[in-house]
Amino acid sequence: MAASKRCNVSSENLTVNDVKTPKIDINGKVDLIIQSKKHANDVFDVLEYLQSEKEKNVVCAIDGCTKLFSTLLERGELYVGKLPKEELLIGGDRSADEKYCMFMRHRYNSCLELLLEHISHESYQIKESALCALMQFASMEGKFPLQDLDWSEHYSFPRELIQAVVERLLSQDEDMALLISRFQKYMDMEDVRYYVMSSVRDNVGRVMDKTKGVSPARTGNNVFTLLSNINMPSQESELTNYLVKQEGQPAEHKRTFERLWLGFLKYKLPSNMYKKVLVILHDSILPHISNPTLMIDFLTAAYDVGGAISLLALNGLFVLIHQHNLDYPDFYKKLYSLLEPSVFHVKYRARFFHLANLFLSSTHLPVYLVAAFAKRLSRLALTAPPAVLLMVLPFICNLIRRHPACRVLIHRPKACDDPYLMEEEDPSQCHALESSLWEIQTLQKHYHPDVATAAMVINKPLSQQEDAISELLELSTYELMERDLKHKQSKTVPLEFDPATQLLQGSGGVGVLGLNFSLE
Amino acid sequence: MGKPPKKKNLADKVRKTKTSTEIKNNPFEVKINRKKFDILGRKSKHDVGLPGVSRSKAINKRKETLLKEYKTKDKANKFIDKRFGEYDTKMDPEEKILQRFSMERQRTQDKKDMYNLNEEEELTHYGQSLSEMEKLNDMVDSDDDADEKGVLSAELTASHFGGGGLLRKKTQGEKDNGGNQRAKSRQELIEELILKSKQEKRERQNQKEESQVLTEKLDQDWKSIQGLLAHKNAPKADRLEEEDKPKLDEYDMMVRELGFEMKAQPSEKMKTPEEVAREERERLQKLEADRLRRMMGDVVEDCTKTQAHMSADDLNDGFILDGDEKPTLAYQDGKWNINKEGAKIEGDEDEGGGEGESGEEESGGEEEEEGSGEDSHSDLDSEQESEGGEEEEEEEGEKDEVPATKSQLSEEERKAQAEAAKGELPYTFKAPESYSDLKGLLQGHPADHQCIILARTQKCNHPSLAVGNKLKLQKLFGFLLEYVGELASRSPPELSTIDKMITQLYGLCQLFPEAASKAMQTTLVDSAHRMEEILEVKGRAAFPQLDMLIYLKITALLFPTSDFRHPVTTPALLYISQALTKCPVMSLEDVTSGLVLCCLAVEYVSFSKRFCPELINFLLGVLHLAVQDKTSTGYSVVPPFRQNGKVSDLLVLSDPESSQTWSKKTLPLSATQTLTLTTDLDTDHYRLSAVATCMDLLKHCSSLYRELTSYSHIFQPITTLLSKHLPIKTYPAALQDLHGEILATISGSLTSRPLLVFQKKKPIPLKLFTPKIVEVLDYGKKRGNTKEEREKERLNHKYKKEFKGALREIRKDTRFLAREKLNEVMGRDAERKRKVKELFGSLATQEGEWKALKRRKNSRH
Repeated sequence: MAASKRCNVSSENLTVNDVKTPKIDINGKVDLIIQSKKHANDVFDVLEYLQSEKEKNVVCAIDGCTKLFSTLLERGELYVGKLPKEELLIGGDRSADEKYCMFMRHRYNSCLELLLEHISHESYQIKESALCALMQFASMEGKFPLQDLDWSEHYSFPRELIQAVVERLLSQDEDMALLISRFQKYMDMEDVRYYVMSSVRDNVGRVMDKTKGVSPARTGNNVFTLLSNINMPSQESELTNYLVKQEGQPAEHKRTFERLWLGFLKYKLPSNMYKKVLVILHDSILPHISNPTLMIDFLTAAYDVGGAISLLALNGLFVLIHQHNLDYPDFYKKLYSLLEPSVFHVKYRARFFHLANLFLSSTHLPVYLVAAFAKRLSRLALTAPPAVLLMVLPFICNLIRRHPACRVLIHRPKACDDPYLMEEEDPSQCHALESSLWEIQTLQKHYHPDVATAAMVINKPLSQQEDAISELLELSTYELMERDLKHKQSKTVPLEFDPATQLLQGSGGVGVLGLNFSLE
Repeated sequence: MGKPPKKKNLADKVRKTKTSTEIKNNPFEVKINRKKFDILGRKSKHDVGLPGVSRSKAINKRKETLLKEYKTKDKANKFIDKRFGEYDTKMDPEEKILQRFSMERQRTQDKKDMYNLNEEEELTHYGQSLSEMEKLNDMVDSDDDADEKGVLSAELTASHFGGGGLLRKKTQGEKDNGGNQRAKSRQELIEELILKSKQEKRERQNQKEESQVLTEKLDQDWKSIQGLLAHKNAPKADRLEEEDKPKLDEYDMMVRELGFEMKAQPSEKMKTPEEVAREERERLQKLEADRLRRMMGDVVEDCTKTQAHMSADDLNDGFILDGDEKPTLAYQDGKWNINKEGAKIEGDEDEGGGEGESGEEESGGEEEEEGSGEDSHSDLDSEQESEGGEEEEEEEGEKDEVPATKSQLSEEERKAQAEAAKGELPYTFKAPESYSDLKGLLQGHPADHQCIILARTQKCNHPSLAVGNKLKLQKLFGFLLEYVGELASRSPPELSTIDKMITQLYGLCQLFPEAASKAMQTTLVDSAHRMEEILEVKGRAAFPQLDMLIYLKITALLFPTSDFRHPVTTPALLYISQALTKCPVMSLEDVTSGLVLCCLAVEYVSFSKRFCPELINFLLGVLHLAVQDKTSTGYSVVPPFRQNGKVSDLLVLSDPESSQTWSKKTLPLSATQTLTLTTDLDTDHYRLSAVATCMDLLKHCSSLYRELTSYSHIFQPITTLLSKHLPIKTYPAALQDLHGEILATISGSLTSRPLLVFQKKKPIPLKLFTPKIVEVLDYGKKRGNTKEEREKERLNHKYKKEFKGALREIRKDTRFLAREKLNEVMGRDAERKRKVKELFGSLATQEGEWKALKRRKNSRH
């Protein structure tokens, strides 16, 4: 018994040793190298660990490297300036110190290369460690520049390093979303963001040129993730957070940001990317662009695409019209043509109707236009689900309230036929004002009690107060169902008095289901 | 020796010295509360008061309570006077003294009793004084039975001996009673006595009767057991004896039979068939009117009315009257006429009979053992005989029927089989406590048996039988629903079993509408919630499974679908709508599910003719799947369908020739889950069937929505599709006919557009100057309108009054105490003064004496 126990213990010890050894080894070696120049050659061992298969070893090695080279950078033991070739080093007539610095600089460079490779590693942990190490090096390099400080620069920033990192991040082969979100922490710093933006611009330009304007999906995704993660500071005074101490020029930042986006959007995007961009456009792009009117081209193009993309472009256009005096010809005509049966079913329904409500809230609109909108909406309401109807009906009523001249739509003592032309694209030609909203009358027979009640409103003169539709915008069928159940329950539940004996029975014999389906 | 120690309270003095009438007549004592108004019929309690009297009363009361408490404050010990009657206020002091004296005497006497030959001592018998007994015995005996044995009740003696004497000595408690009784007059006592003795007599008699009955019963029991015993010992002799025994007098038997026979009771007049039919029709008409009213939704809340299906005669015993299924017991051409449906009800009867039989078997098992071969002689057998007779009758009836028709013969066979099967099933079931219980109960039985089990469970646990049963059955509905869902989700789904269970579900639902609706709602909402969650994550969801479809259908069977707002059917319709708008059609199974949902939607709105846009959208989408050329269409489909995509050719025929061999048949419901179509021909046939179903539904819709104002706009895309894009030429003739029919219906209905104008408002009436007369029904103060408000007002008022009273009392108490304390202090001071004076006085005399002595001495000198 005792023997076996000891055996177990010893085997455990062995495994522990196995695991621990590399870590201790690396740490010891790093310490040795830092302590004296004699052990300089141990750096090869550390770099070897960096190429190891085991995830743990690699992570340890990355840590070790970070420590080692940070210290060396701090001490100034890395060669500064243009580095001669390794082969030349041996023969050169330099002092030993100088040689050592050069040697270390070479090792440092190869370490950087290895780390950059690791950014594309399969394991996320290694990716993350590598990224952190690189950024650490970047910050150290910023403080202790490896280039000669010449006359042209007041400060130095490891531009090449950042560019290399960005290039890796915008990989064409895999989705880097996770790592990019990790990278976001560094992008909070002003200078990093600035250089990242400029290097992304270069990179995108290069990739797009290579693929002839069609962006590969992966890269596109990565670029978009990176871009959408760029949080521009809302105020200029906030430029305080730097990786390397320096003075900032917020205007320059804005310009870079703008050029970056314009550069990205210039290329042909897949439609889902288009949608993603449009969703965040008004919120996180437009406010940070120095000259938002430059986006007009992009937005008008998007608005003309049709379908969901048009709906989404509406938001950006609204910002431009509202804040930047954009004059969009035939805007309402276009808006009118966006009203399709599918508009009630798409995901961005709430956003669209919110904006449409804003656009149509002006009391200076011509009556024919408002009437056309009301008529078209009510015609489309014949295909809408109940949750939408509960929003659309008050919407139409609000339109009529705002424009009392539209009252004829629901109150016309003269008899007439329906002259409305559904196919007509131009709201001024569709004769909506000569029609009536019979569709709403039809909806009074809707199966859902709330919808029927809402449609009943047109039977009486409308009240002055507008209905609030903001909380109805996002109503879903399930919420409607819940609302029904919360409804005050009457004491007794009415029951069917026809006794049921069969599954397929209907009112008076076999039901419709029974006629068409059998119990099999 | 100053003033008198305490000034007597004036009020006390008045009260003590004068009688009540004197006080009342003294105008200085009486305080009259002036009334502002004289109100007729109002009795005022407080118009005259005697403040002096009431004050002295209050002071006295305080002296007895508060002062005593004050005096004993901080004193732990308590003095209890144990002398007889010390705390008895009802006793006169003289009486008290007398009693004490006599008790003292007795105590001293008892000790010397033995040797005391004093003639004053009374002679006793059984502890009673002999002389007294002689006087009273007659009276008691006169209306008492011999078994009284001359024992007098304690009360009796007590009253006659004046509540004391020797008997009383031992029980302390009773003494007080005696004292109390003393206050009553003799007359009353006598009356009470008589009453008590009568009561006692009655009780005795009752007891006697009871014991007699018990004895008789015991005798009888003994006899029956004796018979057995004797049978074992001497069977022959006993048998003879027994044969003798039953030869009761025939007359006696008759008399007894007549005595026990139920008295004829007046019954309701038998209704003629016409009357019954008319009542049934009226009932249905009323229900229909109710349904219409609910459909309009104008009288939404009228829940005060009782349950719609309660008839006046309903005993709420779960018996459901359904007119058409009720077998009428009638003879036709001299034969017993049994309806076809009679089978079911007979089954029920059989069950009842069976239960009864089993019960009898238990009770009379011994007898059967005893005399199975012999003719029945036990009196218990009479019931059995009658039962048997009935059965025989039934059998006869059946036998008569057998040659009548062949179909009924098969019916008989089936019944016989069912009978045999039922024999194996137990008759009582415990109500399942959980779903697994129910599953365990039903599993392994064929569908028919499952129904029988459910019916029996329901009967055994009827709410009228035990308190908890209602809850159990309410739960049963939920479990059954769950079970149905499980049956439907098995593969292949056991739909025929579900079909049979509908009756049970309906019955339970009628019994417990609330529980049923709650269970149904929960099912629907849960499923809708699941779908919503999937929608939020993925943006689209799969069609509901077959169990949900079945639930929706059951909902339509149990609850009225035509109501304007119904707690179950409205959510159910919303669920259908959610499924029809959010679930994309990816396969033929999805098409089938969607069509089932459409059928359900049509059924839901068929009576109320309500408009369901999703239904039309979906049907349009399904037909669009069958269109070959999807490029330039004059209509647009609505999501979940797409104008063109990879699954938008689901219903396009792969080979137009296959329509030649197609024949219309109904689709199986199981096709919503799994569809196995091996050949292209099968698939094409299935496609055609789906299209046919879709067209049939369209036909229904087109006639259903004929009255809607926007009829033509609603059906415009469908007309375009049907007339221009659907490859109708390649379809079989039946479909072509249907197609023509629909188009004709749609084009045939020219919708008139009514004027769209506001409803005329009722003109606001001019102001009138005649006074408005409001009838006042109850006079007096009226605060608050509702009962609760008034109650609250009343309580508030009472509380205020009590609070004020309590405050006043407390103030008076403190004042009283302060006065007492002051008195105490004054008393103490006076005492001290007196003592000091005394001392000074004595000293002065001493001094005087001493001086006098001195003087005398001086004078001597």
